[in-house]
Amino acid sequence: MELDPLLLSRLQFAFVVSFHAIFPVFTIGLASYIALLHGLFYKTENPAWDRLALFWTKVFAVVFGMGVVSGIVMSFQFGTNWSNFAYATSNFLGPVLSYEVVTAFFLEAAFLGVLLFGRNKVPEGVHLFAAIMVAVGTFISSFWILSANSWMQTPAGFELIDGRFHITSWMEALFNPSFWYRFVHMGMASFLTGGFVVAGVSAWFLLRKRDVEANKKALSMCLWLLLILAPAQAVVGDFHGLNTLEHQPTKVAAMEGNWETQTNVPLLLFAIPDQESQTNHFEIGIPNLASLILTHRADGEVPGLNAVPVEEQPPVAIVFWSFRVMVGIGLLMIAVALVGLLLRRKGRVYENRLFLKTLTVMIISPFLAVLGGWIVTESGRAPWLVYGVMTHAEGLTPSLTGGMALFTLIGYIAVYSVVFLTGIYYLTRVVRNGMHEEQIEVEGEVERPKRPLSAAHTPFDDDLEGANA
Amino acid sequence: MSIDLSLIWAAIIGFGVIMYVLMDGFDLGLGILFPFAPDEESRDVMMNSVAPVWDGNETWLVLGGAGLLGAFPLVYSVFLPALYIGVFLMLAGLIFRGISFEFRFKSKKNRRWWNRAFCWGSAIATFAQGAVVGAYIQGFAVEDFRYVGGALDWLTPFTILTGLGLMAGYALLGSTWLILKSEGHVQQWAYRITPKLLLAVLVVFGIVSLWTPLVSPEVRDRWMNQIHLIWFFPILAMVCAGALYRAVKRQQEGLPFVATLGLFIFTYLGLIASKWPVIVPPNYTIWDAASAPESQLFLLVGVLFVIPIVLAYTAWTYWVFRGKVKVGEGYH
Repeated sequence: MELDPLLLSRLQFAFVVSFHAIFPVFTIGLASYIALLHGLFYKTENPAWDRLALFWTKVFAVVFGMGVVSGIVMSFQFGTNWSNFAYATSNFLGPVLSYEVVTAFFLEAAFLGVLLFGRNKVPEGVHLFAAIMVAVGTFISSFWILSANSWMQTPAGFELIDGRFHITSWMEALFNPSFWYRFVHMGMASFLTGGFVVAGVSAWFLLRKRDVEANKKALSMCLWLLLILAPAQAVVGDFHGLNTLEHQPTKVAAMEGNWETQTNVPLLLFAIPDQESQTNHFEIGIPNLASLILTHRADGEVPGLNAVPVEEQPPVAIVFWSFRVMVGIGLLMIAVALVGLLLRRKGRVYENRLFLKTLTVMIISPFLAVLGGWIVTESGRAPWLVYGVMTHAEGLTPSLTGGMALFTLIGYIAVYSVVFLTGIYYLTRVVRNGMHEEQIEVEGEVERPKRPLSAAHTPFDDDLEGANA
Repeated sequence: MSIDLSLIWAAIIGFGVIMYVLMDGFDLGLGILFPFAPDEESRDVMMNSVAPVWDGNETWLVLGGAGLLGAFPLVYSVFLPALYIGVFLMLAGLIFRGISFEFRFKSKKNRRWWNRAFCWGSAIATFAQGAVVGAYIQGFAVEDFRYVGGALDWLTPFTILTGLGLMAGYALLGSTWLILKSEGHVQQWAYRITPKLLLAVLVVFGIVSLWTPLVSPEVRDRWMNQIHLIWFFPILAMVCAGALYRAVKRQQEGLPFVATLGLFIFTYLGLIASKWPVIVPPNYTIWDAASAPESQLFLLVGVLFVIPIVLAYTAWTYWVFRGKVKVGEGYH
């Protein structure tokens, strides 16, 4: 069989971008949390805030490191595998990605150095400022990258001249029709991710009665945040869905598993979409609900997949199921946040072991939801690279062979496997050593007061088998 | 419109590239020198001397990629497919050396593995970058604004030489940086290896200078038949090499690094003078490769405003972490 560079490049991009996406979505939320902790300590001088800030900065450093190295790959990926796309869209994507580098990446990198290593080298206020700058940088970065992605979904403000995009209005292009929905949805996803990870780790500490004072504070903050954000995210997601219906109806049809343009469309809870025969098997649905959600009328007409030729349909099963994973986890998040409120009312939120254990397990949930959401939006766009204008096949690098694409696909999988496994290994070490280590270290530091405590890299894998041997 | 945006952008990209080479050069160089360090203590010092700034250094590379896409998309869309395998090797190298900054200090039993990751990652990334320089001198098979050559066209004896040459060059940047930032036996070791690295750099520099006219007739014409002013660049590079040698013999601390920076800058200017204004050799000039004027202008407005701020806070972080890195102290 001939190796297909198009399929392999798509797999490669999906793999690399999925791997990369889980890091920023966490660090965006966590950076703001760390800045908040620094601010609270600066204001109240309660050392509990400082212990939390130190601990979460260590976690941040590891995750940010993995995010940076995988992000560098992303910035070259457009050129290596999608050079026709890069060349055609360069008039828009080039400036946008460059703005991301000069307004966000430099800010993050420079001030992260100060945040991690500058504790005893700059005044406390400057250190707080560095934490804030890192958080601001992560947001500026997400603004540009989501603008770029949204433009590929709902291109605007351009004209085509000889197959190349020329920007006629930067405002229309940057703030394209789906930008704000995506930006708010992702921003809230980042805070939800940070919130669930911090809540889960705090719960894990509370189960083990470690630094109870600080972790109670952390858990309490997170639960309030999640109580507001989890339901709000559902509302924003709904608006985003309506926006998608307006601009990318085929994607919504795939999300709903709706083949025919029709009225009274049921909301399918379960189905096995069959693209070959253009129908579903084993449908279980709630009558009229999809029509009601999408058109706000029980007998509203919803466009179906057959509105476009088969070759312009996205991979329906992937989109259909990824969407259900995302929404299912979202509902679970709302439930957990509400249970938290209930337990708080009864004054048992820090003692209920089942709830704390649930929170610990929920650490994984935001990452799955985010991946599910990205798969919906990216696969749902297929076969378009720039929606309605340029297909994946047209964007591919002409000189790319299947062998080259396979070589690098295997290469990236191998490299990222090592990065991910060792990263998780060291992260669990950081968490297990937790905040106790800091206190012991503080006592042992009297002799050498100059040694900064931030990002204390005390070796602690001596007693364990090698992660990467 | 009378302002030549492409010319301004060529200057900005040129500035970005040399910033990257100089700044990431010394921290990549430390990685290349890693296995030769006298002991584990020295390796701690080497790593700690760049830990707070390496991330910012590497960001110039990302700016180079994004800036090319924004200002000279033809370069981006020809170089990356042409150097496909090399780019992958460089990225894989950068990944391993990048994470070893965090992971090495979290590990004791596996530290030697992270030492290897840091060293091999730095070495491979540097070699790939050096090979890119060689490939740029050689030129690319381009038809109709698209790369049409094979996957390994970039890998020739000439590019292998430039790859090894850049490894020696970055190692020299690393050793002179270490002279500046360390003391005691670590610094003494750096003093000892610097002349050897300088010799290696000069040998490769000489061979490349003799070989380049054979690889590229345009370059030969440029140096032999046109303005002789450009001969100043190699002469100034040689002056820097001399100053470097003298400063090391006198055990001066700051001058060796500064002289190495000069050596790099003048060699770089010489390289640009060889090719100017061709940016995708052998055929396309900076004007052929440019993006739409409105895109160049849109980006220029922001960059002219933001880059000075970036330079200011970058300089400030270097100022915060000034001074010697002491054995056993570390930032960690």
